Amino acid sequence: MASVLEITTDTSPVSIGPMVPRPFVIKRFRKETDDTFTLELEPKEGRSPFAFGPGQFNMVYVYGVGEVPISISGSPSTPGLFHTTRAVGTVTKAMAKLKKGDVVGIRGPFGTTWPVKEARSHDVVVVAGGIGLPPLRGAIYEILANRKDYGKVVLLYGVRTPADILFKDELEQWRARFDMEVFITVDRAVAEWRGNVGVVTTLISKAGFDPHNTIAIVVGPEVMMRFTALEFIKLGVKADSIYMSMERNMKCGIGLCGHCQFGPLFVCKDGPVFRYSQIKELLVKWEI
Amino acid sequence: METLERILGQHPFFKNLGAEYLQLVTGCASNVRFEPDNFIFREGEEANQFYLIREGRVALQAFSPERGHITVETLGEGDILGWSWLIPPYNWHFDAKAVDLTRAIALDGKCLRRKCEEDHHLGYELLKRFAHIMEQRLESTRLQLLDLYGVRS
Repeated sequence: MASVLEITTDTSPVSIGPMVPRPFVIKRFRKETDDTFTLELEPKEGRSPFAFGPGQFNMVYVYGVGEVPISISGSPSTPGLFHTTRAVGTVTKAMAKLKKGDVVGIRGPFGTTWPVKEARSHDVVVVAGGIGLPPLRGAIYEILANRKDYGKVVLLYGVRTPADILFKDELEQWRARFDMEVFITVDRAVAEWRGNVGVVTTLISKAGFDPHNTIAIVVGPEVMMRFTALEFIKLGVKADSIYMSMERNMKCGIGLCGHCQFGPLFVCKDGPVFRYSQIKELLVKWEI
Repeated sequence: METLERILGQHPFFKNLGAEYLQLVTGCASNVRFEPDNFIFREGEEANQFYLIREGRVALQAFSPERGHITVETLGEGDILGWSWLIPPYNWHFDAKAVDLTRAIALDGKCLRRKCEEDHHLGYELLKRFAHIMEQRLESTRLQLLDLYGVRS
């Protein structure tokens, strides 16, 4: 049987099969907050670019520890493979201890993408909650790269405290643009914080978009996404025009193992990006 | 020129209130302005007004000796600030501080309370509108209490 290292001399993910991890080297380890970090990765062997769509995820394997699904946080049109995650479980805690030069295994990319093409000529409202911003970063870059094709572009970002804000430099750059609006709100403020306090859903009605011509893309904890969708619906946005990224127990990444089954859907294959209209009935079913 | 009646009439809070009542409410309204870091009201003070924020941002705060001023919510353009004028004993339960330069329309709650007692239809109309705001704020507070971002997301 061929070893992983022998196989990876060919860098095409299709030819080696979706179940075989390819070794990637950590080119840069960046700490974003106390418990959140970004890995910038490059293939250990071969130079072909890693093609993916915004919203897709990879299975990231920490050798000897385990594999976890992590959204790709970079832009499809710029070089480099980026994963931003929070150290919360066995694998991500081990990942947080890695450093430049260490190797991880990558399988992917898997799943559906954000509707950045379908959103052309529409207003786009991006709503991120907590660690939900990284999966949206690629879509934001894609939209900004073709900015003239879109109507109003708004980012609404809710986090627990000011210390938990991710990608602060980019948020400042986006906020400084005349063609994008960025609103940030925190659940708990320190005395020095002069920004918004309150849940992210309170920002939606103030975003000033055309509800009949808007695509909303949402990532965050499931409860937050449900309430966000309800707020959009209340304002007149159709359920078909609201997209959200789901997370379940993704394992194989190709809809074979069934671990991420969500009613009749597999999150890894049919998602993670779904239209709200596809899943709104499932979101309120406890049993699944 | 924009009149107070026109501004109030265009605000969702007063939508479909009826011309007669709108005129009555306008009679209780005045323009106000608060410099950054100025308090609009303080906890325990008599609550005799509410505000329709036209511009700026207001922080609702509670003071804790250990942690200082804790902001529990911020309100901005288009938001309604204050409902303690409506509920006995008519005292503010939180501090409200202007974060930025804030312009608002102040509505005389004492005057409105009296008019609501005289005309229960007006009272019901206003109470329905405030109940809607209370429901929204309660829902937001519940979501905040869930501390959603503190766990894996």
